[in-house]
Amino acid sequence: MIRKLSLACVLAGASVMANSTPLGLPPVPIPENNPQTPEKIQLGDKLFHDTRFSADGKVSCATCHSQDKAFTDNLPVSKGFNNLTGTRNAPTVLNSAYMKTLFWDGREPDLEGQSKQPPVNPVEGGLPNHTPLLEVIRKDPEYISTFKTVFGVGADKITMDHVARAIASFERTVIAGDSPFDSYYFAGEKDAMTPAQIRGLELFVGKARCVSCHRIEQTQALFTDNRFHNIGVGFKTIQGKEQQTAAAFIKSKREGADVDITVLTRKSMSELGRFAVTENVTEVGAFKTPTLRNIEKTAPYMHDGSLETLKDVVNFYDKGGREKNEDPLSGFLSGGIRPLDLRSGEKQDLVEFMKALTSPQLEQFTQR
Amino acid sequence: MNNYSRRKFLKTGGALLAASSLPISMVEMAFGKDSEQNFTFAYISDSHITQIEGNKFVRNWDRGLIRAVAEANLLDPRPDFVFYGGDIAQLGKPEEIDHGLEILSALRGDVHYVMGEHDYYVDLGEYWQKQLGPDHYSFNHKGVHFVVLNSILTHEEWMHKKWDSGMDRMKQMARLDNPNGQPFMVGDKQRSWLKADLDKVSKDTPVVVFSHSPLQKIYKGWNFWTDDAEQVQALLKPFDKVTVLYGHVHQIQTNQIGNISFHAAMATAWPWPYPSTYTQQESYLPKLTVDMNRADPFFERDATGWQFINLHSGNVDVHYTLPDNEARVVAFDEKLGHPVDTKYQAMADRTSPQKHY
Repeated sequence: MIRKLSLACVLAGASVMANSTPLGLPPVPIPENNPQTPEKIQLGDKLFHDTRFSADGKVSCATCHSQDKAFTDNLPVSKGFNNLTGTRNAPTVLNSAYMKTLFWDGREPDLEGQSKQPPVNPVEGGLPNHTPLLEVIRKDPEYISTFKTVFGVGADKITMDHVARAIASFERTVIAGDSPFDSYYFAGEKDAMTPAQIRGLELFVGKARCVSCHRIEQTQALFTDNRFHNIGVGFKTIQGKEQQTAAAFIKSKREGADVDITVLTRKSMSELGRFAVTENVTEVGAFKTPTLRNIEKTAPYMHDGSLETLKDVVNFYDKGGREKNEDPLSGFLSGGIRPLDLRSGEKQDLVEFMKALTSPQLEQFTQR
Repeated sequence: MNNYSRRKFLKTGGALLAASSLPISMVEMAFGKDSEQNFTFAYISDSHITQIEGNKFVRNWDRGLIRAVAEANLLDPRPDFVFYGGDIAQLGKPEEIDHGLEILSALRGDVHYVMGEHDYYVDLGEYWQKQLGPDHYSFNHKGVHFVVLNSILTHEEWMHKKWDSGMDRMKQMARLDNPNGQPFMVGDKQRSWLKADLDKVSKDTPVVVFSHSPLQKIYKGWNFWTDDAEQVQALLKPFDKVTVLYGHVHQIQTNQIGNISFHAAMATAWPWPYPSTYTQQESYLPKLTVDMNRADPFFERDATGWQFINLHSGNVDVHYTLPDNEARVVAFDEKLGHPVDTKYQAMADRTSPQKHY
């Protein structure tokens, strides 16, 4: 299984390097200090699937980012070792190469920083630190030989940086465009989308105002603005307790608490969103705009997985950032979130449009 | 990214934004080592609450003020009080003033109010004063003398001429570039009151003056202007440390005239472009001002605002925070004797503002 997958990924990686970018996507940004090589991508692929990097030996990156499930786990919030649960929904790895920050609150600036956190989070990999993980690698002859080839380092010189760079290289090959929307919008194939999907697109960029954050540009569409917005999700958890929650969080952060651990283990503090990283009071409850590509395959939705279906999502936005009209609104709600007054047919069209964002590459990832 | 730079990333993020992003102007007064005397206050301005009809109000202006209140309530330690810088309402309707005050009622702590022209011209401030009390007053707080002026008055004969309705008068005054508009002024009566008030204050007491319009002349076409500004400045001249904080202009402005430091507040509603961008008449945009960039029209809160102010020994440092943007700090430079933009003062460090639309 892993070998087959690796092969496909090497091919995908090679195609990235040959600059044949899928329709609808820009070229994948590759950091200067971590160039793509087929061997590195293959190594990252293997590391991504290695369950030994967890306290119970059962959890790998792929546990929560499974290629069978569009690189998510299709759970509201992820399960780590011993089935412990965190506070947040696993975002897809698909097209994460384009993200300007990683995690829902953007607490890591790049893929290289991101992958170091989960193995040592107490509700994810559950390791006390990176040492056990590195020991596994340093004793594995195949890893030793591959790290030597890829990074030119001996077993005792392998660090978490090398591991993270290899995983990031692999993740930069997990990209998917070429959706019916892309064919319709960027290649002018008018039959690529159904009439309902075409109507949905019109709503998406018009009355429903989705495009304000889920951006479509002239030559490509990432369906994200890489920014952080409070759209009302999860607000009820800290409603009326915003001040105490923020104060308690800042206090524990000052006393040395790790942000990564705190936000995944404390439900109320998790809802502080981007504020937990920046301490910017304008970002309380703000979370990163996720891409909508392949959204049909990545249910449930929102940072806490609280909405089960795309229909629920559209209803939530239609009501101006709440599930029921009688629910209170957060004071920190983004000004862009407002009741949309969508008719039921329009909501259905929007859902249909989102189904046009599924990439054929997904099949390849799933099958291999 | 190694562990060191990750920590640095987190730390920088925190340090940058803690001081940068408050939805209010928070003023910290520091007097030497006597910590008893130190205090902070917050400053929110220009919400322009607009009634559509009945209980329907323009949502974006509501949300701007609601956000400011929610964010100000997070301040820890608590500010001693909050200042509201004027223009609660768009057209001065009781419904608008009440709706704005209802939102502001969620603030923790006392609020002091400044009269704006949008609160005033429909009924010459009657409803506002019924709800909030006098439009000019002063008080002392922990060694600082605070003065609030109503700076948006104008010629008596214009205010009291025969109008079809108060709303007619309001709509004249609410317009920009209106040839029938009138210049704002503090007026003889209030200046006499101010003189008598300041006569009782020792010259080494820091004085903080709140007005709605700038107590300096910037651009007459938009009433970024107070006609008797020089006369008010003359009354403030004998004091060692004077700061004037004003709203109305919905943008960052900084100036120093003699002993007086001037700082403008951003609005919670919308940003204005700089008058230099639009100048049809002569403009005196303060030289010390480093322009904000044009607001992103796709980001509804861009360039609106909030600022965080430290007052060191009676001089003001303003931390202007733009949501989802880089912070701006305008700090008092003891050597130069005036405020400077700490990062963007040098031309080479500035991002050139867009000069035309």
